[in-house]
Order: sequence, then C-alpha cells, then structure tokens
Amino acid sequence: MIRDEIFEKIREVLVDALAVDDDEVTPDATLTGTLGAESIDFLDIVFKLEQTFNIKIEQGELFPDNVMQDPEFVQDGKVTSRGIDELRQRLPHLDFSKIESDPSVTNVGEMFTVDAVVSFVERKLAAS
Amino acid sequence: MRWLWIDRVTELIPREKLVAIKNVSLAEDHLHDHFPATGEWPALPIMPAALIIEGMAQSAGILVGHANDFKEKVVLAKVSNASIDRDVMPGSTLRYTATIERLDPAGAMTKGLVELLVTPGEGEFQTIGQIDLMFSHVDQNMAGLAFPEHNFVFGEGFRTVLRSSGIAYPG
Repeated sequence: MIRDEIFEKIREVLVDALAVDDDEVTPDATLTGTLGAESIDFLDIVFKLEQTFNIKIEQGELFPDNVMQDPEFVQDGKVTSRGIDELRQRLPHLDFSKIESDPSVTNVGEMFTVDAVVSFVERKLAAS
Repeated sequence: MRWLWIDRVTELIPREKLVAIKNVSLAEDHLHDHFPATGEWPALPIMPAALIIEGMAQSAGILVGHANDFKEKVVLAKVSNASIDRDVMPGSTLRYTATIERLDPAGAMTKGLVELLVTPGEGEFQTIGQIDLMFSHVDQNMAGLAFPEHNFVFGEGFRTVLRSSGIAYPG
C-alpha cells in the first residue's frame, strides 16, 4: 500500500473517531492540538487502525504509555534526555527535532501528527 | 429508583453476544418528567434516548465484563454511534442485542441493535436503532492513576440482574 493510500484510510479513521471534517485531517495536523483528540480517543484510534489495516498494535506502541508520568522521564514540565531517549526507542515513527530543541512536555503532543501515524502504519505494514 | 436500565438478560454467548430486555413502565419517575404536562400540552411520556443508550451500555458492559470474569473495571468511554428512530412509550418492551467487535486488554468495542416490541406479548420486535460503544478497562488505561481495588462498576444491582437471569456471577 502506498503512502497516499495509507493517508486516505487514516483520514477516514480520524474523521470517524474524532468527528472532524475531511479537510481538517492534513499531514501536519496534530491529533490533540488540531483535531481535539482526548486520551480515550487514542484507544479508539488504535482499535480502528487495527481493523482498517488488519494489524496488531500493542499498548503503548503508537502512543506512549507510562512515560509521561514517570519522574525519571519528566521533570519540571520538561522531558529529560533519558525521557527523550525512552520515547525515541519506543516511538521511532515520531519526529523528535522539535522536542530536542525545546523539551517542554507540551511539545510531546505536537509530535503526534497525522503524518506520524501514517509513518507508523507504513512501518507496521512493511514489517508484516 | 435504581440505576438499572435492563430488566433481564435473555441470552449470553460469552465474549460474543448478550441480549437483554427492558420493560418500560409508567411507574418509572423519569417518564413523568419527560415530558410533563404544561398549560398548553398534556403529558407526553417518552423513554429518553440517553437512557436507551444507557441500557445498551449496561448490556454491552456486562458482556465485556463477563469476558474477564468481571475482574476489569469496564467503563463506557465513548458513544461511537447512536441512532434511535422511534419514540419508546410506556408499556413497550425494548430488546438490546450487544455484540463484541473487538476485545483486548485495553478495552472493547461493541455494536448494538435496539428493537422494540410495541405491544407486549404480541407481534414481533422491530429494529428502531443502532448504538455502537467503546469501553475502557480503566485500570489498564489511566497510567499513574489508582482506582479502588474493589470493582465499583459491577455492583450489587448488576449481580441481581445476572442472578435473576440465571447467569452465574463469579465469587
């Protein structure tokens, strides 16, 4: 499946899961910021991606789990270098350039773009 | 009034399907508030759609809870889709059929069919709606947040419904 096809299918998933309009789902759109996703929506998105692409997504594989609450990884509203390493290891589909220059926790959400989800699914499909 | 919006479970296929019925009675207070008489209009008792969704959530929630012997705290996370096409009046019977679309450690997705038996004891059930839900196993999804150990979701009320429906409740 080519990247454009993956994007179109992900667009459908996000329109359905988040009740947003087609044209709001652009590659740069962030799930929480632009599209208004809340924590519970991530579970919904994971379920729908699994169904749509016939893949299995483990808990914490697409979105981080137990990292942001860990004081070793987050201190004073900033992600520590260990935290960034941990995230990078767990979530290789994300672009870390922004958070490396400004490790504010708020920037973590900015990494979860539609494009990052496309990259994630692309990797999963390639591996399957 | 108890927060139980199903009366009996009539069928349970573990991890697959649960069918429950709800008899709508004028003895229920909410029907007198939805909608009361005004100076202009007489009272118009209609089962609120939100409570039909709750009935489906309880049916589907029991199905999801049963799949893990009621060890998980199954919390309604999202109403993915709900359409109800007819008013439900007192004296009628609703039948909720919940099926599991997806079940994993984090939660579940269910599909639900709402049917109406207009005259109890007569006629056939007519499909009047579809309610699709998403449940979260809350202990698995709220990293860092602790919940009470006892399962506050499946309380005595649900156990009574299950027992009177002939379904064993573990423990």
